[in-house]
Order: sequence, then C-alpha cells, then structure tokens
Amino acid sequence: MTDERPLLEVRGAGHRYGLRYGCRDVDFDLWPGEVLAVVGESGSGKSTLLGTLSQRLELTEGNIRYRMADGLPVELAGLSESSVRRLWRSEWGFVHQDPADGLRMHVSAGGNVGEPLMANGWRHYGRIRETAAQWLERVEIPADRIDDHPSTFSGGMRQRLQIARNLVVSPRLVFMDEPTSGLDVSVQARLLDLIRSLVSDLGLAVVVVTHDLAVARLISHRTLVMKDGRVIESGLTDRVLDDPHAAYTQLLVSSVLQG
Amino acid sequence: MNRQTPILAVSAIDKTFTMHLQGGQRLAVLERLEFEVFPGECVVLGGPSGAGKSTILKLVYGNYAADRGRIVLGAGTGAVDIAAADPRSVLAARRHTMGYVSQFLRCVPRVPALQVVAEPLVERGVAPDEARERAADLLTRLSIPPRLWSLPPATFSGGEQQRVNIARGFLPELPLLLLDEPTASLDARNRDAVIELIREKRSRGVGMLGIFHDVQVRTAVADRVLDVEALAPGAGAAA
Amino acid sequence: MTADLIGYNVGYLDEQTKRMIRRALLKAVAIPGFQVPFASREVPMPRGWGTGGVQVTAAIIGEQDVLKVIDQGADDTTNAVSIRNFFRSVAHVETTTRTDEATIIQTRHRIPETPLAEGQVIVYQVPMPEPLRFLEPRETETRRLHALEEYGLMFVKLYEDIARFGHIAKTYDYPVLVGGRYLMAPSPIPSFDNPKMHMNPALQLFGAGREKRIYAVPPFTSVESLGFEDFPFEPQRFDDPCAICGATGGYLDEVITDDAGGSMFVCSDTDHCERTAAAPNDTTSTATTSTTTRPNPATPNTKAIA
Repeated sequence: MTDERPLLEVRGAGHRYGLRYGCRDVDFDLWPGEVLAVVGESGSGKSTLLGTLSQRLELTEGNIRYRMADGLPVELAGLSESSVRRLWRSEWGFVHQDPADGLRMHVSAGGNVGEPLMANGWRHYGRIRETAAQWLERVEIPADRIDDHPSTFSGGMRQRLQIARNLVVSPRLVFMDEPTSGLDVSVQARLLDLIRSLVSDLGLAVVVVTHDLAVARLISHRTLVMKDGRVIESGLTDRVLDDPHAAYTQLLVSSVLQG
Repeated sequence: MNRQTPILAVSAIDKTFTMHLQGGQRLAVLERLEFEVFPGECVVLGGPSGAGKSTILKLVYGNYAADRGRIVLGAGTGAVDIAAADPRSVLAARRHTMGYVSQFLRCVPRVPALQVVAEPLVERGVAPDEARERAADLLTRLSIPPRLWSLPPATFSGGEQQRVNIARGFLPELPLLLLDEPTASLDARNRDAVIELIREKRSRGVGMLGIFHDVQVRTAVADRVLDVEALAPGAGAAA
Repeated sequence: MTADLIGYNVGYLDEQTKRMIRRALLKAVAIPGFQVPFASREVPMPRGWGTGGVQVTAAIIGEQDVLKVIDQGADDTTNAVSIRNFFRSVAHVETTTRTDEATIIQTRHRIPETPLAEGQVIVYQVPMPEPLRFLEPRETETRRLHALEEYGLMFVKLYEDIARFGHIAKTYDYPVLVGGRYLMAPSPIPSFDNPKMHMNPALQLFGAGREKRIYAVPPFTSVESLGFEDFPFEPQRFDDPCAICGATGGYLDEVITDDAGGSMFVCSDTDHCERTAAAPNDTTSTATTSTTTRPNPATPNTKAIA
C-alpha cells in the first residue's frame, strides 16, 4: 500500500482480428508488486490480451495507461515505436513459453544475460560479466556454465536463463506467457518457486498467462478468468479458486487434478 | 470480558453457493450471520460438520465472497470491510491484521523449515536474523528438532508439517487469528503446547476465531462458543 | 579494328544508372554510415569480386581522374590488375600504383599506408555491409536496430569474443561507429587500418554489389572502433620490420618462401614497400618509382570485345 497509484490501468481494452474480437471489454488495474494471473483455456483470448497489453498487438479499442518510472502516466497506444522499445529495454520484460523465443540460442549464457545491460549502455566487460554471473547464481545456473550456449541447456535451465535475462535490468513490469507449461512437473515446481521469490524480492508487477490454475494459485495475488475473449470473473486468486462464481470458472476449478 | 471495540464485526452476512455444474442448484449456508470478536478473546465456532464453520473462517479471510452483509476488520480509520474490499485491501488486511492457521501446510518446495516459519515475519519487516531466532524458539516449543530446521518440510511427516504450519501461523503478531482445527491429530504434548500458545496470544490481546473439534482443547481455550447451526438457515433449504 | 562496332558508355554503366548510384552516394554522404539501398547492376565480373566497388567507381570516375586499384594492399594481383585495365579501357582514365598520385583508389581489404589527402576518394569493395547480420538474421529487424540506435547486440559479439578468447578476436571488418551515430562494417580491412578511417581527409565510399547497399564516410568524420572500457579496441601491431624494405609500422603479410615452411613478413602495401625500398633514406627520389600508365588510345575497349 506504499505506492498509491496503479502501474497499469486498463479500461475497455480490446483487440480485433478482422471482424472477430480476440479479447474485449477488459478492465483492471495492476499495482506495483502485484502478480495478476490470466487464466482460461486455449482460444479464450488470454494470449491476445497479453499481446495487447504488451504492445505486440494493436489496441483496437479502449485505453491502457502505464505509469512510467518517472511517475508520468502515458497512453501506451500513443507511444512511438522507439518509446515502446525503450520501455522494453529498461522497464518491461517478457518471458516466453518457449525459451528459444526469448533467448539467443547461439550466444553464451553470460552474453544472453549481459545483452540487456549492453543495450542499456553498459560498456565495462568486467562489470557486465560479474552481473551476469550473479544473476545466473540467482536463477540457480552453475557458474561454470556461463560460457555455454543455451542450446546445451535443459528446458528448465533455459527457462531460468530467460528469466535472468529479463530481470537483469530490474524491470517494473514483466509479462509471462505460460512460463512453466513446457516443463516437467518437478521442474515446474522449482521454477514457480523461483519466480515467486524473485517477484517478491524485486517487487515486480507481473501479468502471467496460464491455463494451469495451480500456477495461478502459487504465484498470483489476483486472477482474471477469460472465456470467449471476455473476463468472466476476477478477484483475489484464493477467492476465485475457492469460491468460483461463474459456471465456467467452476468447471475449470473442478477439472484440476488434485495433487 | 473486554468490552472495547471489536477486532472483527460480522453483520447480516448471507452466503449461498450456486452449483452451476449441478444444474444451478443453490445451497444456502449462512443467513443473517451476526457476531463479534473482541481483542483478547477466543471465540470458538461450534456445531456439527457441514454447519458452515469453515465457510465462516473463509469468508472472514476473504477466500469466500459473501452475498451481502459486512465483515468489518479492525476499527477506526484502519477498518476494512472484507465483504466489500478490493483484492489489494484484502491482501493488506492479511498482512497487517489477520492470520490463518490451518492444519494443512501448503508446501513450498525446497525452502527450509526455519525459513518457512520465519518468512511471514521477514515479509512484515522483521530483520532476518531476529525472525530466524524467533522461528527457532517456536519450533523448539512445538518439538521440531533442530536437525530438521534446515530441511524442506515437504520431506517431513504429516504431524511435523502440521506443527511447522502452526509455528508459521503463530509467529507474526497480528490482532486477529483464524484457527482452522490447528490441533487436529496432534499428540497430547503438542496439543498442550498449542493451547499454551493460544493462551499467550490471548493475554497479549489477540482476538481469535477458531474451529476445534477436540472437546478438551475447546474447553481449554474457548471464551465463548458460537453455535453455527443456530445461525444457519434450515438444512438444505433452497433460496 | 572492330572497336568501333561495339562501344560502351564512358565508365561502362549507362548515364541513368550512374545517376541512380550518385543519388544513393549523395544520400550516403548526407547520413554517414547509413546503408543506402541501390539497384545494383550486372558488371562484367562475378558478384563477390568487387562489383559494388566497381559500380561506385564507375559512377564517380571522369576522364581526368587517376585511378589506383589495390587488392589486399597489392597493385599487382589479378583482381586489381583487371579492374584497373577495365577502367582504363571503359573510362579512358590514367591509372597509377602510387597512392599520392591517385584521385580515386578502389580497394579490397586495405587502406594504403600513405596517408590519404583532401580531394582523394577511396572506394571500398564490401561483401557484407550489415555488421549485425550474423547476430540478427532478419533485415527488417537490423534496419529497426539502426533506426533506433540499438547497438547492444554488437557488444554481445565483442563480449562473446572476450569470454571465449580473453580478448576481442575480431581482426578484420571490425565494427565502427560513424559520426557517433551509425554502426558500420568497414569492409574486411584489417583492424590495423581502422584508425586510418577516423577523421580521414579523403571521402570514403563503400559499395556492396551483391547486397545492393552503398554507404559513406565523408571527410573528417569520426570513426570509432567499438570496445569495452576495460577491453578497449586494439589494432593489430607488427613488431618486426618488412623483410623487403625494412619499413616498420606497416601492415605485413606472411609470404611462404619455400616448401620447407620458410616464410617472411613483407609489406602488404606494395606501393609503400617499393618506394621505401627504393629510397630508404631519401624521400625526394620516390617519384622515380612512379608507374603511372597512360591509357593506350590504340586499344580502347579491347577487353569487352574478347
């Protein structure tokens, strides 16, 4: 409650593919330090929403207001391409489902983590390498793998490397698209635990898209449930999952394997 | 009894579950629920299983949404109506005002027991060293041997996990504690330790709302017993 | 004697093509280091043999120009000789091997040791104009990176070198930042030559025929070779003198001298070497080694007829 203004204010946001809406009428605020899960089955519009929020897809209708690091609110749709890219360099991160989409597979682990620093003007090799090494340690990648290519890493290691690459510049807002769904269950648990602790240590705001309610339960504070492009239920994650109101949410919750 | 402002004031709460997967069947669990919990008292929810005792705890903690009514936590400017609050305010209330102790530990993989217990304190701004010290004291009182402290509780026995969870729930100093059968299946010695913890909390002015099936524990800790069945609508009544 | 039956326009290319290339050149000079697309034409040599440089030279050359062509610093290699002969026949220009006498120097892989002067033009043959290409294969994306001045990626390449070899291993086509703005590939010149590009009084033009790009560094423009604060750019150095002329401080090639693996290090710049050898202590006599050749009016366009 220290920060009294939302980082992201989304009002009536929608994206249309031709004549059909991918998502529509989405409203929410995201506050610093808050993790928002967007759940729903494939085709529900959750990935479209993520794309629209992250400026990868055009905002067809509505407003998305983002408060910049300097405190000024901006309408994302009105930003120039270079301003959006500046946000990506310094304030935003995106964790892809497939780490190969978010990493340079033929650049060493250290180079992958160091690249965002270099993009932000770091020009001291020793400090770049030291920072990269610290981040590898933080995401539990052995220090002696710093010069290895991610193509030689396991799936879980690649995903952890992708997370390090995203967090190394201390972003304020991170988008995650099914960050654990490509991984074995045991590896998932480890990764979720890592995400959970990094998010709380760094006070990140996160929008995480997942079809897995257990992921929402473990790492998110709040949940939006999407169906047919609309948010049909939202609230505190515990509340949405323990006392689902919408028929569809009840179906989702009842379909979870108990473990 | 302490007749100051209540730490928890529940008024005119209705709670119905609509089971869409069963043809939209509606299950009325609570109707016009009213009660208060004052600082320094332990209110025990009584009544048979299915009467809605757990529902009440979950409503207060914000896991369930009430159909109508008010669940006011705290007093004065810091008061918050959980039934109407936005998620952030509920989370803030959980952080600063109320704790929940259940018998089940949601295991965090790979985190050592000592850290699991100390974490809520650290999150609330206590220095990590001090938090670990206090966590260690509490684990000792609940007979978790030091050799286990550095291991993740996921590897513990059920009883040990339960006690780790109790320690985690009791450690932070919060004005209201919700106790969901914390003593179920504990041995006599540990049960006594928990009773002792509850009494200490009470003497420090903490308000508590709990469910205890164990008559002995209930007698030992309850200042009042609230008969939930008497508050509930007719069994199975459809609204 | 059939020379008059087939004639070429002066400079081989037609006037419209030359104008198109000159427009690209003007734009390139206006935006130092920026790659300007142009409609690269066929010229009578294979792509990859300097077609970009030849087209740039053809677009700017006039009959009063004196042309020098070098390949790896040498005036006497096949490619250099052929291109020199080509322009002597299609543009009727004088050619020379002397750096200081030339008005236009077309080069592959070297910058002459003799400092260039104001008024001279050096034309580089460029195989791969995009310095980010091997890091980012998408042309749309590299263009965007240039437009938004996002050059972190180039430093990733240097980082990888240091991580793997302990130093920046790139010794040719070493990336530079032109005018403090555009990242540029200097063509595969040795990094030894990089410092010569900085604030050079000559006009530097770059042509990539296969890749259809032209770019330029106007006279007296800053050209900074990239590096880290703790691993700054370091040009190659040669401690030994040239085995032929004894000059120091020049770029040396290793020449194999026998089947037993014997070798010696000699100047890569043949003009510089010859003149140093001829006048070890007397700079005034270097003019005697001039090998300026006048075009032979009796045999115009002979190459094209064959």
